[in-house]
Amino acid sequence: MSKKEVVAMLLAGGQGKRLKGLTRFLAKPAVYFGGTYRIIDFPLSNCANSRIDTVGVLTQYEPMVLHAYIGVGNDWDMDRKNGGVFVLPPHEREEGSSWYQGTADAIYRNLNFVERFDPEHVLILSGDHIYKMDYGKMLDYHKEKDADCTISVVNVTLEEASRFGMLNTDDDLKIYEFDEKPEHPKSTLASMGIYLFKWDVLKSYLIQDETNPTSSYDFGKDIIPLLLDDDKTLYAYPFEGYWRDVGTIQSLWESNMDMLSEHPELDLNDPNWRIFTRSPNQPAQYIAPEAKVSDSIINEGCIVHGEINHSVLFFGVEVGEGSMITDSVIMPNVKIGKNVRIHRAIIDDGMVLPDGTQIGVDREDESEILLITNESL
Amino acid sequence: MGMKGFVGVINLDHELDQLNELTYFRCGAAVPFGGRYRLIDFALSNMMYAGMEDIALFVRRKYRSLMDHLGEGRPWDLDRKRGGLFILPPDWHDPTDTSLGDLQHIHNNMDYFHRSSGDIVVNSGTQHVNKVDFNEVYKYHKEKGADVTVVYKKIAELEPEHGPCRRVEVDENGYVSGFHHERDHSNVYLEIFIMDKELYLDQVRYSIAHGKSYFFRDVIQHNPNGLKIAAYEYTGYNAVINSVESYYKNSLALLNPDNYMKLFHEKPVQTKIKYEAPTKYLESAKVTNSLLANGCIIGGEVENSILFRGVKVEKGARVVNSVILQKCTIEAGAVLENVILDKDVRISGDRTLIGDVIKPYVTAKSTSV
Repeated sequence: MSKKEVVAMLLAGGQGKRLKGLTRFLAKPAVYFGGTYRIIDFPLSNCANSRIDTVGVLTQYEPMVLHAYIGVGNDWDMDRKNGGVFVLPPHEREEGSSWYQGTADAIYRNLNFVERFDPEHVLILSGDHIYKMDYGKMLDYHKEKDADCTISVVNVTLEEASRFGMLNTDDDLKIYEFDEKPEHPKSTLASMGIYLFKWDVLKSYLIQDETNPTSSYDFGKDIIPLLLDDDKTLYAYPFEGYWRDVGTIQSLWESNMDMLSEHPELDLNDPNWRIFTRSPNQPAQYIAPEAKVSDSIINEGCIVHGEINHSVLFFGVEVGEGSMITDSVIMPNVKIGKNVRIHRAIIDDGMVLPDGTQIGVDREDESEILLITNESL
Repeated sequence: MGMKGFVGVINLDHELDQLNELTYFRCGAAVPFGGRYRLIDFALSNMMYAGMEDIALFVRRKYRSLMDHLGEGRPWDLDRKRGGLFILPPDWHDPTDTSLGDLQHIHNNMDYFHRSSGDIVVNSGTQHVNKVDFNEVYKYHKEKGADVTVVYKKIAELEPEHGPCRRVEVDENGYVSGFHHERDHSNVYLEIFIMDKELYLDQVRYSIAHGKSYFFRDVIQHNPNGLKIAAYEYTGYNAVINSVESYYKNSLALLNPDNYMKLFHEKPVQTKIKYEAPTKYLESAKVTNSLLANGCIIGGEVENSILFRGVKVEKGARVVNSVILQKCTIEAGAVLENVILDKDVRISGDRTLIGDVIKPYVTAKSTSV
């Protein structure tokens, strides 16, 4: 393998417990989003569009779907002779075997992989967020600041700040303190979990952290504080644009609904920044004479006889006559019979809802988004 | 049945570019159909589902967009180390070559047949859109102990597009007793035949030696060597696309759920992958009885129509009984009825285009109206 300026390491091993039944057999990055995508399509497409062609994907929890999905990476243009996408699950080593103990440990355990490309910089990504970002611009900034580490940040409100890892900076965005979920936040710059390191710096700190038996081997909790203690140069890179953690049923639903507006903040239809995905290759969607569709996103392979309003239908969904779906997300290949009513719900993929099923209607408090899986029915 | 291998041939030599504006810049095989496919996808998908590893495409004219569409053949599993997809123009390289017509095409690409591992030639065109199962045809071919098996469909109600099609006269034992062009005969030949490769190549050499020029006519139809020709009756969906009228009629016929299910439901038709977002219906959208591909943004009214990828129908625009190809924009206020728009057409808001229900109004690609 020849030298690469940047290698991206995508942390995709998380379970995403708060997504409940959706992640029972699926790692969080493989969760569906936006009518056709999986969450991991966003960081992978960002890499492809940013011309980063070497990506290690670190998997651990329920990796089967994810591994099959990524395949040789051709959907993201990553089936390359030199570089490409590499799936990196934990593996047995001479000194024994164990799972990845934390985000930093996952990278440490793949030092040899990164070294093959002899990179100047390593980009750490996660498979948890919906956003479009040109990592190339972040790299320019990182080099311009000659930073040891650059952390991408978004502006949040002070109320939200206590849910995030907050970065306290000087006026020029040089970071002096990392505050994990602070009770009394001092800044509004939240870490997006996107780190760009000089590889030689990161490597030495990963090796150092690994010798500490009490470490949690986590970037936010351990590695960044170590760098700050040693007065390394850390900068915040301000990101502007749509960025959402879709880690809960509520936030996943909200973010899906965000895509419905006429001019959404995150445009899935931008030919200059395509979100690549593995195409389900289904026929054109059929909207029947008696169907009514408005304010919705519908994918190929759907057959709609009912009424769809303010909802997202993934591929292969069938909706029978007299059925009405409002404010809902219907995952792939769900078959909905006749006279079914669905309101403010997420229906898990492959479910079959018989005629007359009522979901989410006649509730006094509609604020909760219902998740319907085969287990929950 | 044991191991057998098919050698696929999609022969475009005889396919005329009869779709007016739609074939100004592309051959018939490359014409978009069914919201997201091109006509060639149907033959290729049928071949893929029969497990074909070698497919040759005999192309002669206007095949640039076809090549762009096919690439390495990945959607049809044809990006192989061994075999795969071969796009073969009639490259003339032998000064002593006296072959003519499509025999020349075959003769000049003999290496393809010699190198492919299969021993059964499957020949298809692209003007018949169907789901013929070549394994079934082959099974019948063996059962009948035939030298050649041709595929036909009995058409109860003949339509104008069947006019130019060859008819097959079948005897009581399922063998062909003759071919002709009698317009009121119901057995329409689907431009599909299979035969053993060695026999096929023998017949090519024989025909060239006798100054012939057209494989089907001179070998199978006239049958100078007394080949045993079986007739396989196909009873599934079949649409003949050989004119603007038949293109339009068969496109809109896909809005009939019965046709839609027959053509698309089992063994999904494979095509070049695009990465469009799912289609978006705005608050003002009114869509009924229509097929839409991905990447569309619908603000206006769409009725009895087929919209390909990336079509924009602005709020206040109205599209009825129309086929709108990729990336067209219909501005607010425009009205289209019985219209075919080729790719990348922009219709400005003050336009009303109304075609005939049989003969639609067609605009060529990349124009503004």
